[in-house]
Amino acid sequence: MSIDKDTAAKVAKLARIRVEEDALPALAQEFNDILGFIEQLAEVDVEGVEPMTGVTPMRLKRREDVVTEGGMPDKILSNAPDAREGFFAVPKVVE
Amino acid sequence: MSELSKLTISAARDALRKGDVTSLELTESCLSDIEGAGALNAFVHHTPDLARDQAKAADERIRGGDAPDMCGIPLGIKDLFCTRGVPSQAASAILNGFRPEYESTVTQNLFDAGAVMLGKLNMDEFAMGSSNETSCYGNAVNPWRRGNDEAALTPGGSSGGSASAVAADLCLAATGTDTGGSIRQPAAFTGITGIKPTYGRCSRWGIVAFASSLDQAGPMTKDVRDAAIMLEAMCSHDPKDSTSVDIPVPDFEAMLTGDVKGKVIGIPREYHMEGMPEEIEKLWSDGTAMLRDAGAEIRDISLPHTKYALPAYYVIAPAEASSNLARYDGVRYGHRAKLEQGDGITEMYEKTRAEGFGDEVKRRVMVGTYVLSAGFYDAYYNRARKVRTLIKRDFEQVFGDGVDAILTPATPSSAFGLGEMKDADPVQMYLNDVFTVTVNLAGLPGISVPAGLDKQGLPLGLQLIGRPWEEGDLLNTAYALEQAAGFVAKPGKWW
Repeated sequence: MSIDKDTAAKVAKLARIRVEEDALPALAQEFNDILGFIEQLAEVDVEGVEPMTGVTPMRLKRREDVVTEGGMPDKILSNAPDAREGFFAVPKVVE
Repeated sequence: MSELSKLTISAARDALRKGDVTSLELTESCLSDIEGAGALNAFVHHTPDLARDQAKAADERIRGGDAPDMCGIPLGIKDLFCTRGVPSQAASAILNGFRPEYESTVTQNLFDAGAVMLGKLNMDEFAMGSSNETSCYGNAVNPWRRGNDEAALTPGGSSGGSASAVAADLCLAATGTDTGGSIRQPAAFTGITGIKPTYGRCSRWGIVAFASSLDQAGPMTKDVRDAAIMLEAMCSHDPKDSTSVDIPVPDFEAMLTGDVKGKVIGIPREYHMEGMPEEIEKLWSDGTAMLRDAGAEIRDISLPHTKYALPAYYVIAPAEASSNLARYDGVRYGHRAKLEQGDGITEMYEKTRAEGFGDEVKRRVMVGTYVLSAGFYDAYYNRARKVRTLIKRDFEQVFGDGVDAILTPATPSSAFGLGEMKDADPVQMYLNDVFTVTVNLAGLPGISVPAGLDKQGLPLGLQLIGRPWEEGDLLNTAYALEQAAGFVAKPGKWW
């Protein structure tokens, strides 16, 4: 498996991280180094082995389906880069 | 350097209770040592006013009698923990200016027990790194040096600031977190003790998430007794973390008898790595002899899937990171990129994340995105999760055969120079975690204990791995090892 420039660009797009065109070849090379290392996993016989979902064998706890906290829009918005009239503000999403 | 900040938690606790010292005196002593230790770059946000207020409250509580063990103890807190009203940015520029409106459960537990926070500690960005070189605050520096060589060494990572601060006596102890070795490796590099408890012992609520199925908090301390005291204060069942376990937290300190007679200690043959320095091999065999002399039975064991732990980790951890770090989008907190005319929301995400994340974080997020993407999910992510099942099974088998704890080196080398790995490919850096990462994948408790110095005069650590939920027994074995090793060396002050 070898990752080319176009695949690197696609992955960057999926991850929503802007990568300049001239940085793509080096990025592709790094991916190849890491994936080359990961390739070893192909040697392992995993026939019939369940993929791990949780490391601790326990049932997830349930709780009452009730509101526990809330009613604090000021606190929720206090760290927002742009908040207006009680909402998070973002660039126009829908034309 | 004053004498007070050199105290262990247990010595300070006893002195506080006797009235020989006040928490305010301890706190002032640490604050002045921190002031003079800028060269270590361990503390990155200072909270002296909060510390003094907490210390005064602790002194009052101690005077009233019946104060918990951690009452009045000045601590450093890793920047990964959200602390109310205090900058908490996981050493990332993308969380510039973030001041949480809430407190992590672990720090809340510590504060409820009366502990004092001196400030926030340096670390690798989002805990991704083994040398503290990916931090947006710059490198933390190891107080240890190679003899008279002035070259700056790494304190390890990701909890590098915590390790540096404790080793340099800037605080009595510190919190750390460990996803692949981030408590145990820096502890080993700086001659201190660090324990990662069983997955689920400490609540992850309010700790900035890296890889949720692997992350655990733990204490970084000057000795094993302190690790027992502080771990107990950090642990709790927490309804806000669905993976936190609802079982009683024992009195770990009371379990430190130093008696390991009849305990079975496993020595895994797969941990004899090719090219491992002679000194590490020797340290390991010396440690084995110490436990044998203390009455433990030594048994050679096999953990056949060890070799695949690092590659499995470098699928699972980036996959989880790519999901967890999706939240840094420039909308709710932290950095947002300046936008050009006509930029829409996608440009906002892409520019914000390109500016806010450092190179290693970007790399891991993208690797994670790749291994989770359509067409590769089965080949990489599902396969890695199956290998993880096998790694855990390896441990279950040896524990099932009667092994009580497993002894290994903590790291494949002593601390290396800052910048020395600059030209290495990322995988070379990942190899630092070769002995520690299996423990996270299997969810087990692991502790690093300082056990000797190499010929450059740098500390080396041994790791003990225990059965799930048996941190008390593990700490006791570590205590026996600590007593036998008699490690008392301290870095000479140059900062």
